[in-house]
Amino acid sequence: MYRETTIVADENQNLAAKEAGDFIINVGPQHPATHGVLHLVITLNGETIKKVEPHLGFIHRSIEKMCESLTYRQFIYVTSRMDYLSSHINNHACALCVEKGMQVEIPGRAKVIRILMDELTRIASHELWLGAMAMDLGAFTPFFHTFRERELINDIMEETCGARLTMNYIVPGGVMQDIHPNFQKKVKDFVKQFTSKIGEMDEIVTGNTIFQNRMKGVGILSKEDAVSFGCTGPAARGSGVSCDTRKIFPYEGYEKLQFDEILENGCDSFARYMIRIREMQQSIRIIEQLIDNIPEGDFQAKTKAVIKLPKGEFYQRVETARGQFGVFIVSEGGTTPYRIKFRSPGFSNLSALDHMARGSKLGDLVAMMGTLDLVIPDIDR
Amino acid sequence: MGQMISLSEISKIIDNWLRATFNPTWTLIIEMVIAGVCVIGLFAVLGLVLVIMERKVSAWIQIRLGPNRVGPKGMFQSMADTVKLLVKEGLTPDGADKFLFNLAPLIAIVVAMLLMAPIAFARDFQMWDINIGVLYVSAVSSVMVISILMAGWASNNKYSLLGAMRSGAQIVSYELSAGLSIIAIVILTGSLSFNEIVHSQVDGWWIFKGHIPVLIAFVIFIIAATAETNRAPFDLAEAESELTAGFHTEYSGMKFALFFLAEYVNVFIVCAIGATLFLGGWMPFHIGSWQGFNQVMDYIPSSIWFMGKTFFLIFLIMWFRWTFPRLRIDQLLNLEWKYLLPISMFNLLLVTAMAILGWHF
Amino acid sequence: MSKGLPLWGRFGGGFMFLINYIKTVFSTVKSMLVGMRRTGYYFTHHKEIITEEYPDNRETMHLPERFKGEVVMPHDEKNEHRCTGCTACELACPNGTIKVVTKFDITPEGKKKKAIDKLVYHLELCTMCNLCIVACPSDAIKMAQTFEHSVFDRSQLTKVLNNPGSKIMDGVE
Repeated sequence: MYRETTIVADENQNLAAKEAGDFIINVGPQHPATHGVLHLVITLNGETIKKVEPHLGFIHRSIEKMCESLTYRQFIYVTSRMDYLSSHINNHACALCVEKGMQVEIPGRAKVIRILMDELTRIASHELWLGAMAMDLGAFTPFFHTFRERELINDIMEETCGARLTMNYIVPGGVMQDIHPNFQKKVKDFVKQFTSKIGEMDEIVTGNTIFQNRMKGVGILSKEDAVSFGCTGPAARGSGVSCDTRKIFPYEGYEKLQFDEILENGCDSFARYMIRIREMQQSIRIIEQLIDNIPEGDFQAKTKAVIKLPKGEFYQRVETARGQFGVFIVSEGGTTPYRIKFRSPGFSNLSALDHMARGSKLGDLVAMMGTLDLVIPDIDR
Repeated sequence: MGQMISLSEISKIIDNWLRATFNPTWTLIIEMVIAGVCVIGLFAVLGLVLVIMERKVSAWIQIRLGPNRVGPKGMFQSMADTVKLLVKEGLTPDGADKFLFNLAPLIAIVVAMLLMAPIAFARDFQMWDINIGVLYVSAVSSVMVISILMAGWASNNKYSLLGAMRSGAQIVSYELSAGLSIIAIVILTGSLSFNEIVHSQVDGWWIFKGHIPVLIAFVIFIIAATAETNRAPFDLAEAESELTAGFHTEYSGMKFALFFLAEYVNVFIVCAIGATLFLGGWMPFHIGSWQGFNQVMDYIPSSIWFMGKTFFLIFLIMWFRWTFPRLRIDQLLNLEWKYLLPISMFNLLLVTAMAILGWHF
Repeated sequence: MSKGLPLWGRFGGGFMFLINYIKTVFSTVKSMLVGMRRTGYYFTHHKEIITEEYPDNRETMHLPERFKGEVVMPHDEKNEHRCTGCTACELACPNGTIKVVTKFDITPEGKKKKAIDKLVYHLELCTMCNLCIVACPSDAIKMAQTFEHSVFDRSQLTKVLNNPGSKIMDGVE
């Protein structure tokens, strides 16, 4: 039987910090700056931010609980709906975790396809971020220019995986279908166009003095703070924290590839911005190494129709476009997980927002949220 | 000069006919009505043309097609939008100060109308040839900020209030450098009347014969004009990604449309003033002693020259909007007080020296 | 700045400030002009426009053959399908999108044989994850490339995939 829950109103919760002249505004859940249903309660003094309180839960779908009733093949599609911009990488993490439990060796061809898809997704995610970031700062034009390149990746995905955003292409044991015959040619075309057009962003966005002034020196997150808030991904690497999972805990053969972990020591919004721009070029480097060397063979290992994991706990982490994504499966030996926990990068990165934003202007808050690259369904799950 | 029928001749014909038909009082009243109708008509046309122009310019810059459904190449899109805005419900929020809330858009549009009066649209075609035209324009345009502050305050909305306060700080600061760059031309011309300023450019536009100081004044004027009309990159009063829609967050329907219209008409007016002061108003483009070329240029009606220059400046301001990111409020004030104001003061000194020594052509 | 020459130092500092000031102004103007040149390029080069006029280009628009639009069951010209009613797709589906209703046919030899009566497909629940297609042992269902699924009545999204009166193809077990 359900009992009515009574919310104990904490009288002091909001009033304690409130002094004369404080001005509380709500940004979100419906607001052009939040890219989703994030609700920020901001205490302002004039234009200066005194406090930022994120309120979550507007898009909570209890994905972890849902996964407990789905089999190991079925639950992967749900993870596409968390961080929908790096859905491939989420699927990859889940598939890797299940394979760890099953103890199967997946074919080399599947491994390479998975990495290629991951890196394409990373570029697509960063392209969207770049456009949205510029839009947060009031420049609308770069949004359309970055979407032009992102569209090519979406076309590649559509041809091979059959969908543009929530692909469900990576399955335990390999990938669902073999790559399309046009895949290699299209990826090469994309790489050519991307490398020729990425310089335009330097002209319109990066080199622009207004943009640099808006980014440099705002949203300072020191190295110690980045570690203590649990930031990962570009948000932490912009503060000089070496945390690229592909380098530290290599998976799927990333250890054999040549690429650099990008680190910047600026600790500000501009450092986090430059990390992503340079990361796209590293992803291109990885793609260029692999695209002509896709080994022949099966795209999927032979697995049983019904997957059962042995009793135990399995954890797998991967590097998504936003940071470290972890999957923790507790198995009781059945066909469905006993408990699943996802460690999403956005949640930890968001927790640093209050610390970063205090003392800066309202306009800077939007820029900081942009550089954290928040995807709200990833935070809420 | 073998001109076609010009606007000034038409106005003269109408004036003569009215004077012959009615007594002087009625003539004045009828002429005022005609002028009022013309201004309202011009407002409507400007609103429609500038909105479609902005949408097309932004679309082409953003590798899109832009509006292309209503009419040929989407040219009637803004008309359809106007009809939509007209039939929409004009909500007044519950907690708003109803009188001020409804008054604010009217003030915005009235100010825009008042600013039309001294502008010389063509040769001898001016509603009010006031001898302090420049002063009048800079004085009346300051009233604009009152309507924005009023809208922000009366909306009883925190976003609106923040937007209005930003706008207040912004317009008050940028009026300084706009005024100083206008004074540069006033010093060179020695007159505050728009008509005389245009006539002083008969042998060359100020931007050509005023050397570098006038060029600097022109650039500063364009920047300040962009800021005064609250256009990106200085659109902090609206700041979509920060304040949803700034001071007009609570406005809808026709009240919103009036703000929208006032914004575009203000852009037109500051560009018209810029064209008059720096680009010779309705004066055709002449090159020294090329008689043939100059005669061809003379053949183009003066109203076309004026509109062409004005729309060139409008395009420039639109180009800014779709290229640059927005400034932050402290950077906006820094730009004015630490860069534009010192530069324009120094520039004024140069212009004064130039005017005294007679260095311009 | 040397401490021994306060006057020169102050003058030098002011001079350097002026130089930096002018440099800032010039670099700012330059960066603005670079950006405007790029946007101006796109303004004048209309062949760069990438807009696809969607409802008008229906005839020329090609979706890739793997595009996951909706689940369909292909029938041949004799109104026969390949579905045996094994419910593999129903079990594979994470959302309960597919419901297989079976019946028993009497074969010419007089034996009872299991066959599908209806294969009910709820398009409104489907997430296009492709798991049912992969699970099907006899390739009876596949993904169609349609994507314009909006209807006014929700009940129209519940579809029966097998045609009325259809039978299982010979040789499909």
